[in-house]
Amino acid sequence: MPENAVQQAPRHDVLAADSILYLDGVTVSFDGFKALNSLSFIVRPGEMRTIIGPNGAGKTTMMDVITGKTRPDEGTVLYDGNVDLTKHDEAAIANMGIGRKFQKPTVFENLTVFENLELALKGPRGTFAVLLARLMGEQRDRIDAVLGTIRLTDRAHTSAGALSHGQKQWLEIGMLFAQDPRFLMLDEPVAGMTDAETEQTAELLREIARDRSVLVVEHDMEFVRNLDCKVTVLHEGSVLAEGSLAKVQADERVIEVYLGR
Amino acid sequence: MGPITRRLAGLENRKGWTAVLLTVLGFALVVPVLNMALEPGHPLHVPTYVVQLLGKYLCYAMLALALDLVWGFAGALSLGHGAFFALGGYVMGMYLMRQIGDRGVYGNAELPDFMVFLNWDSLPWYWMGFDSFAFTAVMVLIVPGVLAFVFGWLAFRSRITGVYFSIITQAMTYALMLAFFRNEMGFGGNNGLTDFKDILGFSMSRDSTKVGLYVATVLMLAAAYLAARFIVTSRLGRVLLAVRDAESRVRFLGHSVTGAKLFAFVVSAMIAGVAGALYVPQVGIINPSEFSPANSIEIAIWTAVGGRGTLFGPILGAMSVNAAKSFFTGVAPEVWLFFLGSLFVVVTLFLPKGLVGLFGLLKRRQRRAMPKASPTPAPKATEETHA
Ligand SMILES: Nc1ncnc2c1ncn2[C@@H]1O[C@H](COP(=O)(O)OP(=O)(O)O)[C@@H](O)[C@H]1O
Ligand SMILES: [Mg+2]
Repeated sequence: MPENAVQQAPRHDVLAADSILYLDGVTVSFDGFKALNSLSFIVRPGEMRTIIGPNGAGKTTMMDVITGKTRPDEGTVLYDGNVDLTKHDEAAIANMGIGRKFQKPTVFENLTVFENLELALKGPRGTFAVLLARLMGEQRDRIDAVLGTIRLTDRAHTSAGALSHGQKQWLEIGMLFAQDPRFLMLDEPVAGMTDAETEQTAELLREIARDRSVLVVEHDMEFVRNLDCKVTVLHEGSVLAEGSLAKVQADERVIEVYLGR
Repeated sequence: MGPITRRLAGLENRKGWTAVLLTVLGFALVVPVLNMALEPGHPLHVPTYVVQLLGKYLCYAMLALALDLVWGFAGALSLGHGAFFALGGYVMGMYLMRQIGDRGVYGNAELPDFMVFLNWDSLPWYWMGFDSFAFTAVMVLIVPGVLAFVFGWLAFRSRITGVYFSIITQAMTYALMLAFFRNEMGFGGNNGLTDFKDILGFSMSRDSTKVGLYVATVLMLAAAYLAARFIVTSRLGRVLLAVRDAESRVRFLGHSVTGAKLFAFVVSAMIAGVAGALYVPQVGIINPSEFSPANSIEIAIWTAVGGRGTLFGPILGAMSVNAAKSFFTGVAPEVWLFFLGSLFVVVTLFLPKGLVGLFGLLKRRQRRAMPKASPTPAPKATEETHA
């Protein structure tokens, strides 16, 4: 970890100290339009958090900022209490242990399910290390275990492009498993899934969350209720309300901008 | 067995290995034997000019193989690969110029003819060392490799992809062409380097030297194929395919896209350089026209016709397109460009996987034509069923 990562104004210290993710006053504008407007919130280590909010609230942009895809115009983004994420690129951030599942499932369609997991598997990432990498027995076991968890064991050697939409979503979740991140973010993981699949996904996420910090963006209220964790409501790029699902659902402003519609 | 040999051993099934080995032996042994052991009147005699032509095609094949590594696997369509080929060729040309010694028109042992003509009184520093073949052989890899490294690092780090990458690589080879046209560059300007006498002490006008160069080309192509095969079957090869399909997703898995692409680009440029270095002694000249942007586009056509992303396809594509070119330029030169253009259109529209894809398609057709009802696959398909 570079030394220059730790250089924060004192006021951050107290709040950031016990956090896996710390956002303070984060602003992102696209041609003058503020997709994120002084967004601030904190995720504690081991916590599972759901982010909800209407379309265009800035949920995906927020993930882009955290994973290094988008640089914020202003604000602080700290990982693990001291690493300034705005100073690193996507690959470096992924290697710090932050995993991400995209809103639109993106798996490598021309590789097999097994190979998709192989590429995600935690391990050395240097170009020459990857060139000479061999799949060890324990790594193979790990992939087999993930295949079982995401119920794709019998599709292991078919190309990922041939999977159904729901299976692709799961493969992507499986890739997160293989990556073994400390903190993971999922953007609308049950979009386009059947009720049964949604139920199974919630179960899967609760399992993942057992020893990790998780941030889930979701629209599906039934699913959010199922996850049973603290909820942050985003609206026009900032936090509108925060608390239990019951609490935010009772919030007048939330009802007005989102739930009431 | 170390990790590398084990990977090489497991890289293909036995049938694949046998096919590769037989092809290499066929080209490296049978052709020279048919050339040298048989009398010119014999029906199976292969004339030396055919051996030379084959050698030239094999250099093109190596060039197409090189392009396939970056285009077919990493998804970066370089339209500047002719530049790496030409640079390898110029490096070899410099060695061959130094071998002329005092046998030039001006009889100057210190300077090549064109430098004497320009009234230069000493050899420029960058011509030093090319008296040595070993130094030249290293430079054949280093010169294209360093250019690819610097250029690729700037382009990939700035995330220049797709058509933008193709355009800047065209610009690169065009700029080099203009530079090499200038006499002050010290590479013979317009005329380039030519009038070579011998290589490694062997006279280049002798048939046995020509056959030797051909055999060296076959072996180098085989080595390049195996190296490329090793890369694409490694985990890095799968990273490259992933980059081709969804570049940004690869970054979020923690892999270095810049590193992977740069590696493929540099190795590819080196293979292209070797191809150029083998080409020049076989055709006897290297001049700036080898940098012309159209040449680089032709390489992409060979690769597409053969089937990109298959390694073997581009080799086939380069050989067959150039055989067709030799045929047409002999019979009806005016139709050649139309033929090439239509070939490219047809392949792009109907054969995304090129000739290799066509074979696969035909094979599947044939298999589907077998009677479906029989539980065990019939040994031979009844052709009449349906097409
Ligand atoms: N690259 C971009 N360029 C311009 N506008 C963008 C860009 N990305 C997002 N936006 C805008 O920012 C707002 C927030 O988008 P997004 O983060 O995708 O919302 P959400 O995921 O909550 O639906 C939207 O109005 C969207 O149109
Ligand atoms: Mg979104």
